[in-house]
Amino acid sequence: MKFQIPIGPQHPALKEPISLRMTVEGEIIREADIRLGYNHRGLEKLAEQRTWIQNIYLTERICGICSHSHTTCYVQGVEKLMELEPPKRGLYIRTLVAELERIHSHLLWLGVAGHEAGFDSFFMYTWRDREIVMDILEIISGNRVHYGINTIGGVRRDLDDGQVKHILDSLEILRKRSEYYKNLGTTEPSFVARLAGVGYLSKEDAIALCAVGPTLRASGVPMDVRKDDPYAVYGEIPFEVCTADTCDVLGRTVVRIQELFQCYNIIEYLLKNLPAGPVAVRAPRRAKPNEVVSRYEAPRGENIHYIKSNGTDKPERLKVRAPTLGNYAATIKMLKNGFIADVPLIFAAIDPCICCAERAVSLVDVRTGQEKIISMNALKQLSLKISAGKVRKREAEWPL
Amino acid sequence: MLTKLTNWSRLKSPWILHLNTGACNACDIEVVAALTPRFDVERFGILLKATPRHADVIVCTGPATRQMKDRLVRIYEQTPDPKFVIAVGACAMSGCVYRGAYNVLGGIDQVIPVDVYVPGCPVRPDAVIDGVVKLLNKLKG
Ligand code: SF4
Repeated sequence: MKFQIPIGPQHPALKEPISLRMTVEGEIIREADIRLGYNHRGLEKLAEQRTWIQNIYLTERICGICSHSHTTCYVQGVEKLMELEPPKRGLYIRTLVAELERIHSHLLWLGVAGHEAGFDSFFMYTWRDREIVMDILEIISGNRVHYGINTIGGVRRDLDDGQVKHILDSLEILRKRSEYYKNLGTTEPSFVARLAGVGYLSKEDAIALCAVGPTLRASGVPMDVRKDDPYAVYGEIPFEVCTADTCDVLGRTVVRIQELFQCYNIIEYLLKNLPAGPVAVRAPRRAKPNEVVSRYEAPRGENIHYIKSNGTDKPERLKVRAPTLGNYAATIKMLKNGFIADVPLIFAAIDPCICCAERAVSLVDVRTGQEKIISMNALKQLSLKISAGKVRKREAEWPL
Repeated sequence: MLTKLTNWSRLKSPWILHLNTGACNACDIEVVAALTPRFDVERFGILLKATPRHADVIVCTGPATRQMKDRLVRIYEQTPDPKFVIAVGACAMSGCVYRGAYNVLGGIDQVIPVDVYVPGCPVRPDAVIDGVVKLLNKLKG
């Protein structure tokens, strides 16, 4: 006897709107399907109507957890298009914020994992310590989440000695706390028993299904853009790529905790070797016609932006491939033949960021089960209808 | 007597439902951060509930996307009366940077009635708490 169970888009187990549809036999999941599109906002189209500078703030709002990832990825691409060389100090500060973001994202994830495993005090602990990182970010950038620190050609704010000292002091506290989490996460019997063996993804599958980030590294593949294709100043920073070979949720937890320690080391190195000088160079208004692919290791995995310029002050096309999208295929594999009770845990383990991944244009009516794939042309009609009457700056072609 | 009692309990412990209607996640994270030890809204009796049927207050983040519109209305209808809606973040108020995108309606108030608006991009957790308290004062008066 097979049943179909729809979960979402609004569901206690999910923090963001997404719909999973599972076919179950008893308690075992036989088929799983992910429905997207609840969070699709049409960002890529919007980006074509904004200038290079405005788009920094737009890409920042692709996602609230890895906001710096998206801006850095975008800004790096644009700098390549404009043939700009940001100053060293600017790159150091950019990397510093990137690593702080990784810490806050991993702490956040640890909490969520604890929560999904029924370990709520762990959730409260990690989120309390996450506030330390949020404070640092607020001191550096002036905002807790959308830092707005990147600009084309460098960063917008400089660091002073007081801030450097504050960060180093806070790092000490964070190190101590993370040590505690490491012990807890890897030795606490009930926590380990809940996580071990759940959501198995073999090394071969991980590679074949193009998993990225900690999900991939927990399957024993040491792949990290920071090491493989160094951007910013990662080429000169000593750090290690953390892997685990248990291929399950426990492995993903361990990888993330180890990465926390790497982050602390990187930040310490950055602050101790902070070069003097300006933080940004002036950027031109226009970019020559060209195209570029920019890669970035976000907390969740590899983030790719494709940018095409046409000589004006606006991009002709911006394409975003967020890490979560790369992990969906692997998630379905992990869900299959698992238990229903494990769904939130497995799903949380890829650290899904749905707003990042919502680039798909397939519309599904969940209630009637009717699936409607809107063709690009129909979509264009729709967008034309909406923008009808407004002054159009340029004849945009749908770029596919 | 009974209405007095329900009113009192509603004031002392409003249960909220957090709904993301296309937000960028930052506002959602800040809403969750309001529940954690630093801000701890539970001391005001505010509890996060999982289903609309248990909730008194819907905390909406994000501009209403076309795809979420029907679900938003449905969730609003599922919430028992009296119900209140707090629009959290610039997105929920007006659409923020997404205003004008083909898939965004621009603001929750295009779809359902809103009682309190909390500005910010993203809102700070303290602002969320302030919004809820303002709503409670509105209920009292
Ligand atoms: S208001 Fe800003 S932070 Fe909040 S969901 Fe919208 S874009 Fe994100």
